[in-house]
Amino acid sequence: MSSYLLTHLKELESESIYVIREVFAQFENPAILFSGGKDSIVVTHLARKAFWPARVPFPLVHIDTGHNFPETLAYRDNLVEELGVRLVVGSVQESINQGRVQEETGKNASRNALQTTTLLDTIEANKFDAAMGGARRDEEKARAKERFFSHRDDFGQWDPKNQRPELWNIFNGRKNMGEHFRVFPISNWTEMDVWQYILQENIPIPSLYLAHERQVIWRDGSWLPMSEFTQLRPGEEVVTKTIRFRTLGDITITGGVESDADTVEKIIEEVASSRNTERGMRADDKRSDTAMEDRKKQGYF
Amino acid sequence: MSTHNSYLDMELLRFTTAGSVDDGKSTLIGRLLYDSKSIFEDQIEAVKSSSERKGLDHIDLSLLTDGLKDEREQGITIDVAYRYFATPKRKFIIADTPGHIQYTRNMVTGASTANLALILVDARKGVIEQTCRHSYIASLLQIPHLVVCINKMDLVDYSEETYRKIVKEYEEFAAKLDVNDIRFIPISALLGDNVVNRSDNMKWYNGATLMHTLETIHIGSDQNHIDPRFPVQTVVRPHTNEYHDYRGYAGRVAGGIFRPGDEVVVMPSGFTSKIKSIDVFGGPVDRAFPPMSVNITLEDEIDISRGDMIVRENNKPQSSQDIECMLCWLNAQPLRPNGKYLLRHTSNEVRAMLKEVVYRMDINSLTRDEGAQELGMNDIGKVLLRTTKPLIYDSYRRNRLTGSLILVDEATNETVAAGMIV
Repeated sequence: MSSYLLTHLKELESESIYVIREVFAQFENPAILFSGGKDSIVVTHLARKAFWPARVPFPLVHIDTGHNFPETLAYRDNLVEELGVRLVVGSVQESINQGRVQEETGKNASRNALQTTTLLDTIEANKFDAAMGGARRDEEKARAKERFFSHRDDFGQWDPKNQRPELWNIFNGRKNMGEHFRVFPISNWTEMDVWQYILQENIPIPSLYLAHERQVIWRDGSWLPMSEFTQLRPGEEVVTKTIRFRTLGDITITGGVESDADTVEKIIEEVASSRNTERGMRADDKRSDTAMEDRKKQGYF
Repeated sequence: MSTHNSYLDMELLRFTTAGSVDDGKSTLIGRLLYDSKSIFEDQIEAVKSSSERKGLDHIDLSLLTDGLKDEREQGITIDVAYRYFATPKRKFIIADTPGHIQYTRNMVTGASTANLALILVDARKGVIEQTCRHSYIASLLQIPHLVVCINKMDLVDYSEETYRKIVKEYEEFAAKLDVNDIRFIPISALLGDNVVNRSDNMKWYNGATLMHTLETIHIGSDQNHIDPRFPVQTVVRPHTNEYHDYRGYAGRVAGGIFRPGDEVVVMPSGFTSKIKSIDVFGGPVDRAFPPMSVNITLEDEIDISRGDMIVRENNKPQSSQDIECMLCWLNAQPLRPNGKYLLRHTSNEVRAMLKEVVYRMDINSLTRDEGAQELGMNDIGKVLLRTTKPLIYDSYRRNRLTGSLILVDEATNETVAAGMIV
């Protein structure tokens, strides 16, 4: 490799740091959407690098469905303390209690869709004008056309047909009162890039990503973790398996895969040979061919 | 473990493709993704079942690359879509755009970040309008490398004569373009000839396959390493005890090489100083080059803010309020005579007024219409702009980052034009 050429990970990192610094420079009150998943962990790590030796100048916003993996909350609180940043929690349970949203019922019920209302309420209540997230374009079809700077109207909605063209590295964050932007600094990263970067940078990750023994049930093609929220269906059986999670979300809908990958190196080997996408295990994306696009138009992450 | 060691040593190549539904572009991208094992089983399954629902008897690979609901219903790609794949040598980012004239703005957008353009020519049709249009845009946007794939060779009996004829046709047309590196590859995307594997059907072709070309083409000289340019994005001031007086100018190197000890000058103020350190998270580095994001600290306390540019005394960019540029109009509202816009350039923002449309380019015939008064959506033309404050810039030919700009409509906040400074 030429001495004036960056590796692809360094180039992606540099691009993301550039985007995060643009957010800081162009907006009054930006925040990082922090789910506790590996992608938002990487975005937070990049924000730390972007402003070093100063501290991260953004609060972390966690949209809490109430159905959490306990490991996620522990990781979150630890990180917030280490970075010395403010934590803002938007609670789906509170949205339900206030009658802002109605809990889904039935056998496929989840709180996934309800997060949208809580997220938009939290953005509005805190007057955030830019919310950075860890979404990547390789994750899902509808995201392949997402911009780095994604404009949202005053209802928080995304209009895929009317996106601003994004040229070179010039980002247009201008907006009217009440509107906001979603910004995706790691748009150009793939799942593999994220794992390689975690390895290269030695970033701590929640233990849920690594293979561990857990009580699970087989449902809709993946191993669903047992939790206090799980309602067993006829014929379902609780078993103990060695599994890991490829994405982390609401505990009631995030399925795991059987795996022996108990180190980041082994995860990378597994991802390299995997024949299924990481979101293939998420029930929320399986509802229809355009499930993600429909949710995004309403203001989902 | 070899998997991650080699992965940590990979380069990144961004390329753009343009084409219509039936020229095999989707098939080609599908094949690159498939042969590099970047398509997953659940994605193939989803495409299979969608193809069945549409009553097709084959797997429609374009469904893999057409993202949004409206597009899948209409069977067209209406926006820039980004795809990713990797081989052990390189990671690739494809900006996939539709090739029809009404999507010029999408082609320009996709081309703006690309190191390489992949141009598809149907071997049965030869060089057509769309080929010229896409090539012109690649040249206008100064994409360093063009790879012309003469596709559907299987439908012309893998004829060398046909291939030679098209290459000649293209070379005659390309003489009008401003591109140094053009390569030709005869392929069949459908059957895989010369895409990843060498074709047994075209023994007469001794050149590289498409994948080999993508993996090995020299991209080390694509960035400007000559003219040091550092647009300041923001100032990092920790205000902590440990770093009480730290003042880091944060930005991404847009050209040249910076080192500690370099004598620098800050534009537009003209103050001079010396680089004290170049910092990244965790400590100092001994040099910075494009596209590194770093903090620069200086020996002297001078007033620097966003929009300023750190350069070298003996190699200054230009500075002017009168900007001549090629403009691609992106918005349904046409460019207004005497219209006022916000102009964004590097990390700077100024107001600008249109003084004159010099000409509008007919991008099919590559002729100039000097009587044109305005530019509508998807038009490209040369214009003169007058800015409220001087821009610190290079010509786009010299530097794609310090020579590019966008115009924003203050009433709608929309990005309405992309400009390349002449």
